[in-house]
Amino acid sequence: MMRFLLIAAAVIAIYFLPAGLKNYGIYIVTLWSVYVIAGMGLNLTVGYAGQISLGQAAFWGIGAYTTAIALKAGLPFLAALPLAALLCFGVGLLLGFPALRVQHHYLAFATLGFNILVYLVLRNEDWLTGGSFGINNIAEPTLLGWRISRPLDFFQFTWIATVAMGVLMALLLRSPWGRAFAALRDNPIRAESVGIDTTFYTLLAFAIGAAYAGVAGAFFACLVGFIEPAPFGVNTSLSMLLMVIAGGSGRFFGPAIGAMIVVLIPEWLRFAAEWYLAIFGVMIVVMMVWLPGGILSLPERLRGAK
Amino acid sequence: MTDFLQLIVSGTATGACYALAALGFTLLWQASGTINFALGEMVMLPAFIMLFFIGPAGLPLPLAFAATLVVSLIILGAGFKRLVVDPMIRHGVIPLVIATLGLSIALKQTVRIVYSAQVYTFPSIFSETLLSLGGAKLSVSDVGTVVIAGGLVLALQAFLNGTLTGRAMQAVAQNRDAAVVLGINAERMVLYAFLVNAGLAATTALLVTPVYLAKFDMGDTLGLKAFYAAIIGGFNNSRGALLGGILVGVLENLVGAYISPGYKEGVALLLFLGVILFKPEGLLGKAEERKV
Amino acid sequence: MTALLDVQAMQKAYGAIRAVDGVSFSVASGEILGVIGPNGSGKTTLFNAILGQVLPSAGSVAFEGHDVTGSKPLHLARRGIGRTFQSLQVFGKLSVRDNLIAAGQEFGTGKFARLFAAPEAGLGPRAEEIIALFRIGHVAHLPAGSLSYGQQKLVDIAMAFMSRPRLVLLDEPCAGVNPALIDQLTELLRRLNREAGTTFIVIEHNMDFVMNLCSRVICMAQGRILAEGPPAEVQANRAVLEAYLGA
Repeated sequence: MMRFLLIAAAVIAIYFLPAGLKNYGIYIVTLWSVYVIAGMGLNLTVGYAGQISLGQAAFWGIGAYTTAIALKAGLPFLAALPLAALLCFGVGLLLGFPALRVQHHYLAFATLGFNILVYLVLRNEDWLTGGSFGINNIAEPTLLGWRISRPLDFFQFTWIATVAMGVLMALLLRSPWGRAFAALRDNPIRAESVGIDTTFYTLLAFAIGAAYAGVAGAFFACLVGFIEPAPFGVNTSLSMLLMVIAGGSGRFFGPAIGAMIVVLIPEWLRFAAEWYLAIFGVMIVVMMVWLPGGILSLPERLRGAK
Repeated sequence: MTDFLQLIVSGTATGACYALAALGFTLLWQASGTINFALGEMVMLPAFIMLFFIGPAGLPLPLAFAATLVVSLIILGAGFKRLVVDPMIRHGVIPLVIATLGLSIALKQTVRIVYSAQVYTFPSIFSETLLSLGGAKLSVSDVGTVVIAGGLVLALQAFLNGTLTGRAMQAVAQNRDAAVVLGINAERMVLYAFLVNAGLAATTALLVTPVYLAKFDMGDTLGLKAFYAAIIGGFNNSRGALLGGILVGVLENLVGAYISPGYKEGVALLLFLGVILFKPEGLLGKAEERKV
Repeated sequence: MTALLDVQAMQKAYGAIRAVDGVSFSVASGEILGVIGPNGSGKTTLFNAILGQVLPSAGSVAFEGHDVTGSKPLHLARRGIGRTFQSLQVFGKLSVRDNLIAAGQEFGTGKFARLFAAPEAGLGPRAEEIIALFRIGHVAHLPAGSLSYGQQKLVDIAMAFMSRPRLVLLDEPCAGVNPALIDQLTELLRRLNREAGTTFIVIEHNMDFVMNLCSRVICMAQGRILAEGPPAEVQANRAVLEAYLGA
């Protein structure tokens, strides 16, 4: 109960928090919120179902481009959003099926290559995606006739969606499916022997995770108003994976913490200028050696060390 | 027609290089369960080390290669095993994958800072002459690359199957516990696999850099292609890696020339998906046992 | 009446080594069959070949009259065959209670119905029943991975019963378990056999346990069946004695 109140207080505080910020600050917080949605999806795949996906940014991109194209075609945002999610879910199933049917770590290679392929499609298919020029002037979303144009309004809209996606995720994790995900991550052989269809569940976890990225992409497209292939490359997928691991994979609030790091570290490491990415890479290795459970495992780690 | 033949030959040469890298990847996976996502950087780094030995240190290419080989074996072989893999392997595969991804970023960016994002030319061990073969012109470097890389793959296979040490390495890969019971020093065999991987990567750098040119991110696609080549050809078979590599190299060239240069990089993925859909054990692989 | 499980001419070869070399036996419903034999005699490989963990090189397995040779573990579980493993195999991060529910939730309703089912999938009462039966109520809320070896072993065995299987294969249930717990286990298995009619095949080195529990015993050596019959008879068999002594 205490926990529930704390979470509710945090949710409300974050809703009102950016009111005092300038537009750039609001943009950063909204970006964080978008990353949290994509990160929750990836956490399902990586943290709860124990699979490595290196293509979350590809689904993010599919969601963003689907939304941009749908809005250009005159569809309302509330129609484009489910379209983006469903498309990502379907593509996730198609990609995951061959990889997961054989060997579960093939998913890492399949998603990595898939991300490269999606990037190529975004860059090469000018007629659909605008090629390297991308799509600009993406319409502001309208909700039942109300046009969301102020940055603060758009943040609050995004944040409500983030919380809603979080609630859906919590329900999924509490359902028997959530237990099956955890069981097959802990011990796939034992899971099969008690009738848990590990291939089915990992595939669904991956596809649901992809759908979350699609939703995040839809909000991202409206946030930036202009999309081009660059943000949807493999490097972003790696950042997203790092975000989940750094926060604490398999922990519900891991992505929220991790997204904060990924959004803020570039700001903090600004003094390091061009060394930023190199330091980032070393930090990953060091963290995997010392704290493989992520930041949220720190309290347990300290307690254990005593 | 002449074009076609040249595409095939140069594709085979690129593919043979994929195969070399793929082989190192396969060996590591089998010996220690390591999925090494820094594989591409383990080719990129020796390329720059060699450039250093040739440039500032002023060594001739063969000596520079020998020196690079030694450095690679120490840092990318033994050092990688001791500092990154050993402390992490007990946490399972995922942390190790992330760590090698981190290592890949760190290596790439460090090189970018030191050498900038510029492209460097790299001397070839082959002359630039062309061979005439029934009207078609083939480059000596393509043919030479195929011969050297193909020869190395086959030599490595002979080593694994024909020598006591090679057989011991295979035994450890298949069943470590049983191998230990038989008195094999498993730890040392795993170290050998890391050393062979580093050696193969350095050799790949020597062969591939004159064509790819030295750049901090040259390993990106190379590493990925190597994984695909390994899986397409068949994971438990070194000739499989050769076949997979050549298949990827040749098809990429053909797609790039006849279909769309924009999608050249997508060929390997589609081939990979096709193979795991219809022949999951790889083209030359044997179906593996389900294990307890 | 057909046998519950019928294994014919089972073979499993690794290269030139035949770990299981032509084993045939059948188990009637309600039986408790013990499988003994020195280390390396092929007992666990036999289990794995029956249970679809490895593909048999030759031979057949039939369960309740259906051919299930080479079926995957998943399908065998669905058909009503439970198993435990020689090494500990629990879901370490889930609570004991969740381990049990996870072991039972995949039976009955369809997968998509389960997405919308209540968190416990209606298995709360069954889990309580098993928890009481195995006397693990005091640790039911703890992560299974944090328990002692013996307790984890009990959870492991308890999981096999959640789905009310008709046949359970146990691989060395007594290994590493203290004597008091072994007595409790004997009592439990007997009770499950009597009340629920569950059939067992047990691999075990602990002779007292086998003698106490099993109605029939098979002794394996070098991949083959050396002797078969009532426990006392097999124990007294000269060939069995020699196999154990390595003569």
